[in-house]
Amino acid sequence: MNNLVEIKNLTKTYHTKKEEVEAICNISLDIKEGEFIAIVGSSGCGKSTLLSILANLEEKTGGQITFNKKDFVIGYMLQNDCLLDWLTILDNATLGLDIQKNKTKENVDYVKKLLKTYDLDSFKDKYPKELSGGMKQRVALIRTLAIRPDILLLDEPFSALDYQTRLAVSDDVYKIIKKEKKTVIMVTHDLAEAISLADRVVVLSKRPCQIKKIYDIKLTNKSNPIENRKAKEFSDYYEKIWQNLDVVI
Amino acid sequence: MRKSGKISTLLSDKEKRFNLLAFITQISIIVIFLLSWEILTRLGVINTFVFSSPSLIIKTIKELFLTGHLVTHLTTTFLETAIAFVLGIVLGLLVALILYSFKFIAKVVDPFLTLINSLPKVALGPILIIWIGANTKSIIVMALLINLIVSIVTIYNGFLNIDENKIKLLKSFGATKGQILRKLIIPASYQTIVSSLKLNISMSLIGVIMGEFLVSKEGLGYLIMYGTQVFDLNLVMSGIFLLLIFSYILYKAISLLEKKLIKE
Ligand SMILES: Nc1ncnc2c1ncn2[C@@H]1O[C@H](COP(=O)(O)OP(=O)(O)O)[C@@H](O)[C@H]1O
Ligand SMILES: [Mg+2]
Repeated sequence: MNNLVEIKNLTKTYHTKKEEVEAICNISLDIKEGEFIAIVGSSGCGKSTLLSILANLEEKTGGQITFNKKDFVIGYMLQNDCLLDWLTILDNATLGLDIQKNKTKENVDYVKKLLKTYDLDSFKDKYPKELSGGMKQRVALIRTLAIRPDILLLDEPFSALDYQTRLAVSDDVYKIIKKEKKTVIMVTHDLAEAISLADRVVVLSKRPCQIKKIYDIKLTNKSNPIENRKAKEFSDYYEKIWQNLDVVI
Repeated sequence: MRKSGKISTLLSDKEKRFNLLAFITQISIIVIFLLSWEILTRLGVINTFVFSSPSLIIKTIKELFLTGHLVTHLTTTFLETAIAFVLGIVLGLLVALILYSFKFIAKVVDPFLTLINSLPKVALGPILIIWIGANTKSIIVMALLINLIVSIVTIYNGFLNIDENKIKLLKSFGATKGQILRKLIIPASYQTIVSSLKLNISMSLIGVIMGEFLVSKEGLGYLIMYGTQVFDLNLVMSGIFLLLIFSYILYKAISLLEKKLIKE
């Protein structure tokens, strides 16, 4: 498959009043179309910085990023659902379209279809406070999908949820992503989550981060994330990646 | 289910009794205060010339009402307060928006805001009279001096407290500065703005009364000041009493408005 995104020698240094913080040292990574990449690394190593740069929210200091597609659209989803309390679920889900002045009937219908497919149809006219944490996260994903992104950047998308919900929601989100055939880069600090969801797991060193190792995840009978955790290779990967992580205590 | 229902009604019964008792006590305090004031003046223990008395206050207010002065004084103070209040909110919102949109201006203005905020604004009264004149304009400017800074600071801080992640989200959709203001900052600050109304009305009233002390020819502040100058303590006390009722009603009205606005 083609490389959808090519990252070459990316570096990033933050300049603050007091000091210079080197967040990303030298990262090169190719992302193939349809691939699900998980990025793991200790906290503060620069994972969010990497996604912010890809999402154009932060300037890079050096290196190149090439998107091999015309009018490349990026969907960015944060840890927190960031739904706006004063908007209905439908208005929240179409927020991106609204901002991009692209709230055509066709696009709104697409969002309505997504809400229907993912069991949120009856909540369209409700407000975020009436939804559970997992539902809100699904709305946040639909809001991201609404602008029909070529790639999804997920920054610890489930970490605000409790363990049970987290498993269920990551299963849901995985299904949605696979069904909509999206390319994904997901940042997480949960190794099990990374291994059960991703095709490749990229392990970053501590700050300033570099790629330490990339694991191709090959599980027998790969299906949904919850089932994947039962695969016999799972604990092997877990062990290996764990040893590669610079865990800061 | 039935059990817990019973417990909760029991509790609320107890609460009701508690509240009722508090209310009765409050009324009693007022009645006892007014009665002893009245009785002590009638017995000649305290001097009505200096302390006035409830019956004299009622008589004075009645006279004010019959001569038509009461309505004039009340409407004057009300209009001045209302104008200062509305201007304070509108200008406060506007300045807060400017400070939020232009980080450089905010940075430059910050120490000046603190400086003006710490100054007792009454001190500027005499200058206002010279610059603007002894008229209603001075009174409104005086009130604005007091309420505006508070409005600006409250609303601006509300803006600054908005979740960074939400701003990031909008930016990830490519939102412009204007869109971020319209779609996020202003609606998200709705509550802060509404809650600043209550503080603002108190500040406006303080400013207006202060202004009326200094310049006016009518209004509740004028009534009190004039009473003092001619040593008519009945007039002074009546003025204070009217102001008490007046400010209470204004405060309650704004509280009601606030409840209504936030519910929706
Ligand atoms: N806007 C910023 N200004 C200065 N330093 C920053 C900024 N954002 C992040 N950093 C620093 O960069 C490093 C990496 O941060 P981040 O990418 O958020 O880490 P992670 O997401 O892996 O936990 C941290 O040391 C952090 O303090
Ligand atoms: Mg992070």
